[in-house]
Amino acid sequence: MSKLHVTTSINGEPVEFLCEADQSVLDVLRNTLGLTGSKEGCGTGDCGACSITLDGRLVCSCLVLAPEIEGRQITTIEGMAQGDHLHPLQQKFLEMAALQCGICTPGVLVAAKALLERNPDPSETDVRYWLAGNLCRCTGYDKIVRAVLETAADMRGAA
Amino acid sequence: MTDIRYLAPRTLDEAVGAFAASQGAARILAGGTDLLVQMRNGAVRPGTIIDIKKITELTSIEEAADGGFRIGAAVSGAALAEHPRFGRVWPGVLEAVNLIGSTQVQGRASPGGNLCNASPAGDSVPALVAAGAVVTVQGPKGRRQVAVEAVPAGPGRTNLGPGEIVVSFTLPPRPEGSGDAYLRMTPRTEMDIAVVGVGVSLTLRDGVVAAARVGLGAVAPTVLLVADAARALIGSRLDEAAVHAAAAACRAACNPIDDKRGTIAYRTRVAGVLLQRAVAIAAERAGRV
Repeated sequence: MSKLHVTTSINGEPVEFLCEADQSVLDVLRNTLGLTGSKEGCGTGDCGACSITLDGRLVCSCLVLAPEIEGRQITTIEGMAQGDHLHPLQQKFLEMAALQCGICTPGVLVAAKALLERNPDPSETDVRYWLAGNLCRCTGYDKIVRAVLETAADMRGAA
Repeated sequence: MTDIRYLAPRTLDEAVGAFAASQGAARILAGGTDLLVQMRNGAVRPGTIIDIKKITELTSIEEAADGGFRIGAAVSGAALAEHPRFGRVWPGVLEAVNLIGSTQVQGRASPGGNLCNASPAGDSVPALVAAGAVVTVQGPKGRRQVAVEAVPAGPGRTNLGPGEIVVSFTLPPRPEGSGDAYLRMTPRTEMDIAVVGVGVSLTLRDGVVAAARVGLGAVAPTVLLVADAARALIGSRLDEAAVHAAAAACRAACNPIDDKRGTIAYRTRVAGVLLQRAVAIAAERAGRV
């Protein structure tokens, strides 16, 4: 059977690729398009390391089939910094050492950005529940949660 | 190379035609949060994947003039949460749907998928049973309507006929003085599977229960409608005796498994406790003073 041809938008750029019917978006991002920022932790939607947005909605890219993104808008961790200019969340994660091994970090950043776009002033509880689907085995979460809350405060101050 | 086909029909007739023609070799793709995991671990190997999310009827939420709601089977939990009215009319159903998985899973997972996956522990199902939701099903022989509690047949099995697709849920108009609630017991607060789940829907008139429905999850091979619990509540003022009788009816309905997440004795006891707490929340939402 011939491959499927998919036309989509990734981080604002038009992208075309060929895929099998049962390939995940994560597989295509990493192995076809070379966008290896999204990580595969579990492949079953439990860990959140492959988080992306699909038409603005936070999803696990391991749980989306590649042909489903025909005509849709994807954003990945690669779209977060503008050139050399880091997103405030990325800058804050560095300053506060809110990461250790770094495998979960792209997913955490994509998820946290999606939260702050919806809720610029989240409580600690809001952050912890929103990020419940992003597993981190290093940090104990506290630095991640504090970095998200401080970024939110900075961004509100700057706005 | 794989020989799997992916179809994304724009009409329900096309989807039903393709599903029926596959003679059981196709799987319906709504949010995919169960299907993709099952494909990955080899539990299912569909010949054809039929993505139903390009069909408007399956992805839309409508509030009827009489106050009833129709929810497309493939509406995501996140989309349902963003509806300006739904969560105000059916807070218990919304909280049940929104308990399925993480934020990421909520971006995809749907009540139709939760029902058709037919886990005894599916969170949205007891709340939809309590709500009196009616499921519209379409198949090769046309359309039919079935009570939500009649869809699950056992763990991973449904009573849907060959080629039938769940189209939507219809929730009845809400009389004044109504409220609903869903509570589940899980060892963790998030990212966990219900050990027991209880959905309650009540309508109060002058402090007396005029109507009640109770759905019970994770304590039997299928989610249950507990008519005896509802009977114990109807006509009462939710006094202690009535609520205790309803809790006893829930315990009596339990036929759970014993596993690492909960023993039979524990699940049975918790079913009664959650019933009492869910009744209190539903009554408060119904405006009991």
